[in-house]
Amino acid sequence: MFLAQRRLCSLDSRAKFLKTIYSSKILGLPASAKMSLKITNAKRIEGLDSNVWVEFTKLAADPSVVNLGQGLPDISPPVYVKEKLSKIAAIDSLNQYTRGFGHPSLVKALACLYEKFYQNQINPNKEILVTVGAYGSLFNAIQGLIDKGDEVIIIMPFYDCYEPMVRMAGATPVFIPLRSKPVDGKRWSSSDWTLDPQELASKFNSKTKAIILNTPHNPIGKVYTKEELQVIADLCIKNDTLCISDEVYEWLVYTGNKHLKIATFPGMWERTITIGSAGKTFSVTGWKLGWSIGPNHLIKHLQTVQQNSVYTCATPLQEALAQAFWIDIKRMDDPECYFNSLPKELEVKRDRMVHLLESLGLKPIVPDGGYFIIADVSLLDADLSDMKDSNEPYDYKFVKWMTKNKKLSAIPVSAFCNEETKLQFEKFVRFCFIKKDSTLDAAEEIIKAWIRQKS
Amino acid sequence: MKKWKGQKSCVDRRYSLWKRTCVRVCVSAGVRTSCLQVKVAPATVEEESLPVLSQQTWGSIPLPDGTANSLEKIANAYPTSSFLDNGISFGFAAEVLLCFSGTLTLELCVGDPRPGLRAIFWPVFSSISSAPGGEVTSVPRLWEACSGMWQPSICIWPGSSRERRLELLSLGACTRLGRGLLSEKSPIATPPTFCSLCLQFAMAKRLQARRLDGIDHNPWVEFSRMASEYDVVNLGQGFPDFPPPDFAVQAFQLALSSDFMLNQYTKAFGYPPLTEILASFFGKLLGQEIDPLKNVLVTVGAYGALFTAFQALVDEGDEVIIIEPFFDCYEPMTLMAGGRPVFVTLKLSPTQDGELDSASNWQLDPTELASKFTSRTKALVLNTPNNPLGKVFSEAELELVASLCQQHDVICISDEVYQWLVYDGHQHISIASLPGMWERTLTIGSAGKSFSATGWKVGWALGPDRLLKHLRTVHQNTIYHCPTQGQAAVAQSFQHEQAHFGQASSYFVQLPEAVLRSRDHMVRSLQSVGLRPVIPQGSYFLIADISDFKSKMPDLPGDAEEPYDSRFVKWMIRNKGLAAIPASIFYSMPHRKHFDHYVRFCFVKDESTLQAMDEKLQRWKTELRP
Repeated sequence: MFLAQRRLCSLDSRAKFLKTIYSSKILGLPASAKMSLKITNAKRIEGLDSNVWVEFTKLAADPSVVNLGQGLPDISPPVYVKEKLSKIAAIDSLNQYTRGFGHPSLVKALACLYEKFYQNQINPNKEILVTVGAYGSLFNAIQGLIDKGDEVIIIMPFYDCYEPMVRMAGATPVFIPLRSKPVDGKRWSSSDWTLDPQELASKFNSKTKAIILNTPHNPIGKVYTKEELQVIADLCIKNDTLCISDEVYEWLVYTGNKHLKIATFPGMWERTITIGSAGKTFSVTGWKLGWSIGPNHLIKHLQTVQQNSVYTCATPLQEALAQAFWIDIKRMDDPECYFNSLPKELEVKRDRMVHLLESLGLKPIVPDGGYFIIADVSLLDADLSDMKDSNEPYDYKFVKWMTKNKKLSAIPVSAFCNEETKLQFEKFVRFCFIKKDSTLDAAEEIIKAWIRQKS
Repeated sequence: MKKWKGQKSCVDRRYSLWKRTCVRVCVSAGVRTSCLQVKVAPATVEEESLPVLSQQTWGSIPLPDGTANSLEKIANAYPTSSFLDNGISFGFAAEVLLCFSGTLTLELCVGDPRPGLRAIFWPVFSSISSAPGGEVTSVPRLWEACSGMWQPSICIWPGSSRERRLELLSLGACTRLGRGLLSEKSPIATPPTFCSLCLQFAMAKRLQARRLDGIDHNPWVEFSRMASEYDVVNLGQGFPDFPPPDFAVQAFQLALSSDFMLNQYTKAFGYPPLTEILASFFGKLLGQEIDPLKNVLVTVGAYGALFTAFQALVDEGDEVIIIEPFFDCYEPMTLMAGGRPVFVTLKLSPTQDGELDSASNWQLDPTELASKFTSRTKALVLNTPNNPLGKVFSEAELELVASLCQQHDVICISDEVYQWLVYDGHQHISIASLPGMWERTLTIGSAGKSFSATGWKVGWALGPDRLLKHLRTVHQNTIYHCPTQGQAAVAQSFQHEQAHFGQASSYFVQLPEAVLRSRDHMVRSLQSVGLRPVIPQGSYFLIADISDFKSKMPDLPGDAEEPYDSRFVKWMIRNKGLAAIPASIFYSMPHRKHFDHYVRFCFVKDESTLQAMDEKLQRWKTELRP
């Protein structure tokens, strides 16, 4: 079928070919450019190539490192979720394409689930789009709705893809930080981090196309209150702005807090895309299924992006997810329901992490939701002098140092900030606690040894 | 400018169109009564300064006679408008330009600034103080005044001939116009489809990004829907209706049941065992050292690889050469990236009498192809074996393409998803294996087509690092990862293929043999009713010439603008129980009218499906007998 031998003398002839073709073009150009003048990237991705995950995941790949970095559970997903998938994979027809905007049984299950939270019925075909992870939903929403010259408000720190996605769409991100009130004596909580309403209002102008909201928040773990969401909703309505609400940690909310959907606020449904994730819902990040829910006049543009980018998502995973949802939809008030049992399980892990970090002398910000915890690590006075690349923010150096010397990895929080404000958050690092007990035990061992060493 | 009695509207640019206000507009139209009433009332008043205009009514506006007749034409004149004409009467959804502060009157302007059209209703604004009487504003002025906002739209009021009211909710109105609300709060019996139309106007800013202009239509949606509505044998969409091979199914099962960590994220650019096996497998075929980390990117299907390639490499204003007929996504993907598709058509060279037409007779005209290359040409999309034609490009043809790409410093995006499906002793040649081409070629492949598992959505792009690094940037900002288990299953399946390469036990040997039998079966069967298949040398598809039908029954139902093949397929679905895809959708708009006499059939189908096809064709054949 292939003519492999074709390549036998190719190296030779290619070199010759290039010379004749490019000889006039390469004059005076550095060696790297001599292949071609035209074969370059599209401008939309200029400067978007660096990625914190690529770098730090590589660092943590060393098996001797306890990885509390990337937000991926190392606990097993619920048994019934795995079983459903195994059964489904045996059905022949489910190995082929399904409906592009979402496998019919999955969008139906999602509509049924979310109708419990919205006052209105949700049209499974017109108001839901199934995507390649919540990441894909974010991309579809931003590509579908954000144009060149638009402004998009991003609350800092932010899940790191928001900024490059907005830039790739040709728009300008406008940042506003969450600011913490001083906390004396008591524990520092994610709810101490708030937006200044005046400051937020000042970020809106006639070019503002959208605001990206993330609740429960990654990396701080903040769960926005009704009042806070009302401020955002009012500003969105007043300024005719869309809201892209990333709610992937919607079920992971701890005692005393409640997750609210901004789309259910008066006047917000028609301007909000709400994004959810199967990976976070059922601890199956590797399935890469997410969804966007919103009014058809917004969703249809996301659908257009979808039909021109991936067209459809994997069929067996969608069917398995639908069936898993039906199990839990039927027992939403039951403590067995994964939406209830997972946060219970994680709350224990969260408290354990809080104690651990406190025992090390840190003052972690106790999260109300999500599966991350951040702490100011500058209190540790780690000696980072042998860390090269002094231009890096403190937390980058610290995480590299900790990974190397303590075999414990985390993610620097300044990765969740834009270039100009990295300094504001460079003392924080993020730990992920959706980890099995043995992983947390290993982390505890490391930290105990660290304490002993310090004293 | 024509004047209309008692009505006036003027657009005053003093108003800041962006400022908010919360106004609910109720428009009611008497159907068949030739009158129209307009009411403006504030809904939730958030601005104290807003005067309450509650229930102010402007009496009746006389409509000219025969208004309904001329309306259907307007749809084409104004692309943003939507029409649903029930032939009885009409109404409209006013463009909601309700973003005002200060005093506001909503006024309906009756009349048409364009000659030849009548009774278009433009909701426009004027200061309340301006007295009635004056000129109808012109459409351009209105648009100018509303620049940056949606253009005025019109639509027809659907439903039966009784009075209806339409509520348009402005931005601040605090209710979602949904089914529940409609039945409770207002006497509108308008179907939900219409409601969404209203909602569409609820945001004054343009909603969708400009990159989506003109790419929202997708022909598959319509034909897939029709195929599911009628009792048909579906030979339309290109997916196998038989299972993947046992070893692939087992590999998938293993991925699901072995390591539970396969339920979690893997490496962003590909599950390591998969990128490694792809590198070694294709490295041998292409005669190229392939680095799994630098020269391989795993994507969400080959479709995802194509999208990533266009986004990464095609910039605004760049030209992309596409060979017609082409897999239909190349054009919108180019457009979405801001590029300009430049089409070059495969030309059919005449065949001997009585000989069956062959896809290999469809050829590129070298002079024409060369003429399409310009200094703006960034890429050429090659698809071999080609969909929908089934053409396998010959070595000479590929050399022509390759030399032009090199001469003009152009990237070749080579879609080779059907590479294993090649028949009659033809050979698939990857253009990347030609001298000097690896450096400028992206070779795109598909596990779905390789292992008959389209639903797994695993594809890949292979190429030099200097191209792939840009694809990786797009990938990490679009989806970041692909699902893990599918990748694990594909990795295992390729290991199987590597071990059995070239042997009778290889799926890449077995599949084309099996599919070849289906092809020949279908070719024979289609001929029995007078469809004239063009024999494909590769792929899942063949196109059949329907020009005999076109001359015998030219007046199939459908829109006059609709290409013949599209009408033929609909007719065939309804009357003959067979679904196919019109070939004109694989052509650029201007060329569709020249290629409206082919339909595409997919033959990668189970034996039972082909038998069902035979039964349908048999019945069709009986009907043909006098």
